[in-house]
Amino acid sequence: MGTRDCQHICDESSPAVGEAGKTGEWRDSFPVIDQEKCLPARQNKPSCFLCWLYCPDAVVSRTIPIRIDMEYCKGCGICAQICPVHAISMANEAGFCRDKTD
Amino acid sequence: MNKKIARKADTWILDGNRAAAQGAKLSRVQVIAAYPITPQSPVTERLSEFVEKRELDAQYIAVESEHSALAVCTSASMVGARTFTATSSHGLAYMHEMLHWAAGARLPVVLACVNRAIGAPWNVLNDQQDSVSQRDTGWIQVYARNNQEILDSIIQAYRIAESIYVPVMVCYDGYVLSHTEMPVDVPSQEAVDRFLPRYKPHTILDPANPKNYNLVTLANPRINAEGVLCHGYMELRYLLQEALQNSRETIVKVGQEFGELFGRSYASMFWEDRLDDADVVIVAMGSLAMEAIVAADMLREGGHKVGVLGLRVFRPFPKAELARALEKSRLVVIFDKNISYGLEGATCSEIKSALYGSPARAVIRDFIVGLGGRDVKAREMADAVKRSLLSVNEGDLNREYAEWICAI
Amino acid sequence: MQDYYEVRWHGRGGQGAITAAKILAQAAYLEGYHGVTAAPSFGAERRGAPVSASTRIARQTIRIVSQVETPNVVVVLDYTLLRYDEVTSGLVKGGWLVVNSRRHPKELDLGGEFNIATADATEVCSSLGLIVAGVTVVNTAILGAFIRATEAVSMASIEKAIRERFSDSKVDINLAAIAQTYKITKLGKVV
Repeated sequence: MGTRDCQHICDESSPAVGEAGKTGEWRDSFPVIDQEKCLPARQNKPSCFLCWLYCPDAVVSRTIPIRIDMEYCKGCGICAQICPVHAISMANEAGFCRDKTD
Repeated sequence: MNKKIARKADTWILDGNRAAAQGAKLSRVQVIAAYPITPQSPVTERLSEFVEKRELDAQYIAVESEHSALAVCTSASMVGARTFTATSSHGLAYMHEMLHWAAGARLPVVLACVNRAIGAPWNVLNDQQDSVSQRDTGWIQVYARNNQEILDSIIQAYRIAESIYVPVMVCYDGYVLSHTEMPVDVPSQEAVDRFLPRYKPHTILDPANPKNYNLVTLANPRINAEGVLCHGYMELRYLLQEALQNSRETIVKVGQEFGELFGRSYASMFWEDRLDDADVVIVAMGSLAMEAIVAADMLREGGHKVGVLGLRVFRPFPKAELARALEKSRLVVIFDKNISYGLEGATCSEIKSALYGSPARAVIRDFIVGLGGRDVKAREMADAVKRSLLSVNEGDLNREYAEWICAI
Repeated sequence: MQDYYEVRWHGRGGQGAITAAKILAQAAYLEGYHGVTAAPSFGAERRGAPVSASTRIARQTIRIVSQVETPNVVVVLDYTLLRYDEVTSGLVKGGWLVVNSRRHPKELDLGGEFNIATADATEVCSSLGLIVAGVTVVNTAILGAFIRATEAVSMASIEKAIRERFSDSKVDINLAAIAQTYKITKLGKVV
């Protein structure tokens, strides 16, 4: 059984969760959300959502409160950079950190 | 199908560029993107006029470079439009990256390459270095000998490209054909419509059913999110090669059907002239293959049994049938309007490789001619053949490099 | 009338030598010649600079695309170009040199083994007002001298070709220029 069964003649796929693999494994730091500061959470209405818009992996939900799918979040930190009220900060992955500091 | 009506055609006196533009128009191209360059410019001028006068229902997209022209064509092809572009020389070189892309993405773009020399030094005149340098990009390459073949080849190119999803480059000599007028039968739109069905893309971009195409593809096959084992990069490359290898059948079949409908058959990968009794065969590509027939006439008058093999399709290279066609010849004299520096002319290399392992035992001579617009006369070709015959008769069988017909 | 003609045109950029080459090819095709080609000299063209073009006419399909080397006919739109050797270069013995000049063929004193036809096409065109952007356009008129000398194509075919190529308003003046030039053409046969 070869790859012909997929019947593609060029690279082709449907957008799906996990298309690029388990990108959460790439993470060396993770986003921490301060719901006291996050605008949708504080105002309890859909607003801002810049983190959702900018996340290159589409792992931020457009919900109140926002949630981040840590299975695929690769820890790039764009959400933390883009947040206008500094509600997101990046924390070191414990395991990654411990190896270095212990 | 009423063949009588299909054969009705008007004869126009057209230069090669107008013939190419007519071919694209009759093929009902939907998106045209091209950047003007000598000697291709009249093709773009004519097509933009057709669009402007609403004689052709197409989008003419003005771009700032040839790279963008082909990027537009690949994108438009991807969303289901029949696309056309034309270029020459440096313009084709500038498209190089996108040539690979169009072939790799299996998009049936058709490109007219008006063959012109490449700098340095600057030169706007004809040779075939530009398209020959792109032979490894995965495009089918067809060379026209005259303006009729330009028009006919462009129409056929869409049938071929859209049947097997491989882009096709129709090449014709700059100035020698592009700016030379000659009679061309222009078929009716109805006849072409019957020959050429609508383009059915294999890539359909639809917001309701989103797809990814040509993303980062890893070395190994992988199972996608739906659990299906999908190609890695190498399997996709294999499929492109397979498509080119098998394209011969489509090219010949399309050429034959074209002949049945329009009275001009293209049911072969190369043109044969008096090969049956020839012990010397001249091989050339493009307009030179036509002038070579006149050289063969001259040589036949002198008692030499000479035939001409005009290479029509350079990619895929017709290895097996070419070896068969040259089986009986004693001497094969190749004229190349290109040079693979450090080796020899490209058609010479290809022919040698085609003959390896075949029963053909011909001595091969290669002449580099016509670079940068240097005129190549039938008389000069005939002289080169006579010189070759003489040296072969003296036992000089193998030459390491090609001979050049120039004043050095 | 011969079965095969190679015609070379010499003019200055902007005079219409290339157009004349094309009109002749079209007329010859209409005349029944199966093979015709018309080509400019290849490369960049500049207004005022000497340019050339060629027409090949044959009963059969033409397979030669290389440059004309030994023309049967050379047509010169601007007599000042006669000072350049390449204008008459290769002109075959017994061929025709057709020149836009007020002089008689004998006065040109070119000493070649070819026939000479002259006609003052410039005078014909200026009196008719065949002037575009300040330049007297002699390229169609000289066709009159060409057919008078060579008889390669008929006036009827030339007329058809002119009608196919030009808009209605330009047809009559061009046909008049051709007819008048035909009439005043002086022939000097040396062979």
